[in-house]
Amino acid sequence: MTEAHRPYTLVAELTYACPLHCVYCSNPVDLARHAATLDTASWLRVLREAEGLGVVQVNLTGGEPLLRQDLEEIVEEAHRLDLYTNLITSGIPLERERLARLRALGLSNVQVSIQDSRPAGSDRIAGTEAFHRKLAVARWVKELGFPLTLNTVLHRENLDHVEEVVALAEELHADRLELANTQYLGWALANRRALIPARAQIEKARSIAAAARTRLEGRMEVLFVVPDYYAEFPPSCMDGWGRRFLVVSPDGLLLPCLLAHTLPDLTFANVREGPLADLWNDSPGMNAFRGESWMPDPCRTCDKRTVDFGGCRCQAYHLTGNAAATDPACTLSPHHGLVEGAREEAVAPGAHLVPFRYRWPRA
Amino acid sequence: MIPATGKPSLAPKARLRFDRISGGDMLLYPERGLALNGTAASILKLCDGDRTVEGIVGELHREYLDRTDDDVRHEVSEFLEDLLKRGLLRVLG
Ligand SMILES: C[S@@+](CC[C@H](N)C(=O)[O-])C[C@H]1O[C@@H](n2cnc3c(N)ncnc32)[C@H](O)[C@@H]1O
Ligand code: SF4
Ligand code: SF4
Repeated sequence: MTEAHRPYTLVAELTYACPLHCVYCSNPVDLARHAATLDTASWLRVLREAEGLGVVQVNLTGGEPLLRQDLEEIVEEAHRLDLYTNLITSGIPLERERLARLRALGLSNVQVSIQDSRPAGSDRIAGTEAFHRKLAVARWVKELGFPLTLNTVLHRENLDHVEEVVALAEELHADRLELANTQYLGWALANRRALIPARAQIEKARSIAAAARTRLEGRMEVLFVVPDYYAEFPPSCMDGWGRRFLVVSPDGLLLPCLLAHTLPDLTFANVREGPLADLWNDSPGMNAFRGESWMPDPCRTCDKRTVDFGGCRCQAYHLTGNAAATDPACTLSPHHGLVEGAREEAVAPGAHLVPFRYRWPRA
Repeated sequence: MIPATGKPSLAPKARLRFDRISGGDMLLYPERGLALNGTAASILKLCDGDRTVEGIVGELHREYLDRTDDDVRHEVSEFLEDLLKRGLLRVLG
């Protein structure tokens, strides 16, 4: 393995199951296709072999990782391997005792998502009554001595509440606040018309976040993830395909990103098939978009190609039908009109009347 | 400015880890990692919440005899200020 393809972070998607139904959920819309979840022993092996490959951090996510009864064993093994372990959770369902147990077992950080600063808005987006429970969980996180990351996914309905979200994060003593504009993939793409904001909302929220970042420097890290639909160039997706992130889906597929298995004609190996190192280095899917030889014009000669790697392959496929196209979020893409069109939907008459499609299945 | 009598330690969200692949140390925190050079790692290993900044400068000076006291003091304070801004350091006293 060369430094060019050294994974630092394992994204362990422990399950696609979730008690919430967030309309922006980035999970694949065909959840039902992914059935046989990895067992405990396989996850422990994935942790060990990922560490052997160079991984130093693990994100335990999903779906809802708390639904795994073996979360404790997984955290314990990650700690034994001296990995920085981050639990990424909706906070549901959780008892304080279990959180205390996870702390004792060596969990490093807890990231709780809240959907809005306002209870009604939050529960409406989550499709479940959860807001007050989430705040209780966030308080336990700090009481038990964990660092707390608060994550709020931003869209048309909550972008105007960013100031309140910052205030809430301060009140909860969050160590890090992620104001993450929706990425339009998975359920978020299905709900794009109902979620996409107007440019003015983004600009205002961005300046509020910037002021908060300065004011809170040293106390709370404030991250504002610019939405790629309103950027000039796409962000680097996963720091490049198969370079820094090693994703394992609930059914055991080794992936370069959370949605790579939704791309057609790519073959990804299952971690059950052999040593992780071999699959990471040699699986055809992992090599499909490594390096630059796959790049189309205008990326192939663009001086940004070593920074953004041509953007997101999943976005390219889900918008243009071609996974090897320049990300249409890029203003240089010949398909950029698709993104401009989506932005116009935000300000079209009746835009606010579009109904949500809740993440399936509704429990 | 961190006072010379301040006692720095890592913030709860940050952790040092030896990296077998590079042979150096890394500072890990949520979603990020910093690869540390030898001096930075030496400084952080002395940030135990007991030692003062001046104490750290003294110990480091013994380790890096080829540098002047002022050079070491300057390097330590610049590095610690940067970590403090990133929320990766606590300073007591
Ligand atoms: C898919 S969730 C799984 C963990 C847990 N269920 C939760 O929601 O926190 C992982 C993270 O991605 C965020 N997220 C989900 N959908 C997103 C989207 N379309 N764009 C950006 N972030 C998203 C969530 O807020 C959460 O922080
Ligand atoms: S984003 Fe919402 S629906 Fe998706 S996994 Fe997290 S809590 Fe569940
Ligand atoms: S043309 Fe390609 S490499 Fe250049 S900025 Fe756009 S997406 Fe990035």
